[in-house]
Amino acid sequence: MTDYSSPYFNPEHETLTREQIEALQLERLQKTVRHCMNNEFYRRKFAEAGITPDDIRSLDDVRKLPFTTKQDLRDTYPFGMACVPLRDCVRLHSSSGTTGNPTVILHTQRDLDEWANQVARNLWMVGLRPDDVFQNSSGYGMFTGGLGFQYGAERLGMLTVPAAAGNSLRQIKFIKDFGTTAIHAVPSYVTRLYEVMKEEGVDPRRDTKLKVLAIGAEPHSEEQRQRIEQMMGVKAYNSFGMSEMCGPGVGFECPEQNGLHFWEDYYIVEIVDPETLEPVPDGEIGELVLTTLCREAMPLLRYRTRDLTRVLGRSCPCGRNHIRLDRMRGRSDDMMVLRGVNIFPIQIEKILMQFPELASNYLITLSTDEENDNMTVEVELAQPTDDFKQLLDLEREIRRRLKDEILLTPIVKLVAKGTLPVSEGKAVRVVDKRKVYQ
Amino acid sequence: MTIHQLSIFIENRSGTLIKVLDALKEANIQIIASTIADTADYGIYRIICSEPLRACEELKKAGVAVAISEVFVISIDNKPGRAADAVKAFSKAGIDITYMYSFLNENRGLLIFRTNDNDKALQIIKENNMQAISEDALQSM
Repeated sequence: MTDYSSPYFNPEHETLTREQIEALQLERLQKTVRHCMNNEFYRRKFAEAGITPDDIRSLDDVRKLPFTTKQDLRDTYPFGMACVPLRDCVRLHSSSGTTGNPTVILHTQRDLDEWANQVARNLWMVGLRPDDVFQNSSGYGMFTGGLGFQYGAERLGMLTVPAAAGNSLRQIKFIKDFGTTAIHAVPSYVTRLYEVMKEEGVDPRRDTKLKVLAIGAEPHSEEQRQRIEQMMGVKAYNSFGMSEMCGPGVGFECPEQNGLHFWEDYYIVEIVDPETLEPVPDGEIGELVLTTLCREAMPLLRYRTRDLTRVLGRSCPCGRNHIRLDRMRGRSDDMMVLRGVNIFPIQIEKILMQFPELASNYLITLSTDEENDNMTVEVELAQPTDDFKQLLDLEREIRRRLKDEILLTPIVKLVAKGTLPVSEGKAVRVVDKRKVYQ
Repeated sequence: MTIHQLSIFIENRSGTLIKVLDALKEANIQIIASTIADTADYGIYRIICSEPLRACEELKKAGVAVAISEVFVISIDNKPGRAADAVKAFSKAGIDITYMYSFLNENRGLLIFRTNDNDKALQIIKENNMQAISEDALQSM
């Protein structure tokens, strides 16, 4: 039985030294590569790269392995990357496939158990115990944030409420009636929930037992997190997951809130230059590349996540030596290129969230006006005002600060609260209406 | 001596004004005076109405972004030069008028204005024997 007073859910794995982590990784990598030989796609990839499983003799040899990409998952849709017979698989998650073939991720029962363990480990790490009541206000179905947190919270032993996304009044009733102490949701939905609480005269500090929020699945800035913590009066921990790896659970902040621990007993973490694919030094931004170490149904080798981040360290006052990564800067495919300048939505959010006059909802629209491409940033006002001068000054100041950050001047439009579309899943932050000239 | 004015942030988009007016109609609120100040993208719609506090609640319920602000209403003779006299008194005392609008009621001119210093403005109104209208008096017009 797990000791309630221990800060660790899996002490034997969470408190490994760097040496122990790396020894375990090598052993599991060798096993994974051998296992991949069960699959035609990987056999071909290995042959092209001129390698066999015996070539993996040190952890650095991971770099001999070929990268895999989302395109590989599409090309082998639906089952071409399975390394076990379908009869051994018990679950399938699929992406929406808005840009081509959808992707499919298969799980054996053991894969699901390991996934639940990672999520449980994360939730335990931020202080949740079996006495807690966990409300999962995340989409269920194909979106892995639903079932992923459900099984993880149950594994920890919490009373788990599969509230799913949306219907804020019912969410608030559950929080009050069931004594919910922890919520998982996408950050934009937490701010929505807070707005509805305010309208209903519910004060989260006074009227609820909330103590922890898990937020993830949408890139968000430190400023957004602090705003959420202030609103709800509790700590909000950043969660990283991706369906290709399993779903949520891959990385999570510890109480230090200084980067996300990525679980290196489950994954090999590399940060590479997205152009040259060579490793970048610690502290430099690059693309996150993950290799699964415990997956049976669909191991992925050197999977290019497209997420941009950097290494913060490999030790932590919390006693875990699993690598700490900075919050995601956004995905390399979220990057907007406007008049030759590279811009991430998160840069805009970071600036907007510094203005107390502004609410949390915003929308970036890229459009072509005559020959020029323009960016319009619409943002909701927190409070209506009678003072024109204040509005004009505010607009000017937002424009100025955005220009300092992204090096070009966007059109800033203040809009009334409740005007911009509210999504109950992942928030849509960027609309690209530009004409494409061939 | 100030009265409550509704200030509504509206975007320049068709349908936004109707949303406000419909909500007031549903709540049986009567508009006494109103004005819209506009820029290219949005405007502020300012309304003096019956039961302003209830009107504010009803508008909020209808999802309208509304704030209450304190303004003065003074009654002047409906004769040339009276508005100039009034504004001059404030100007001499160094009080800024943020905005002003006016309407007529039973042959009296009514000036509605907001200042940057309400206490001082009230003092000037008293010193100059201007006739400030209370919220009750305005409601019974």
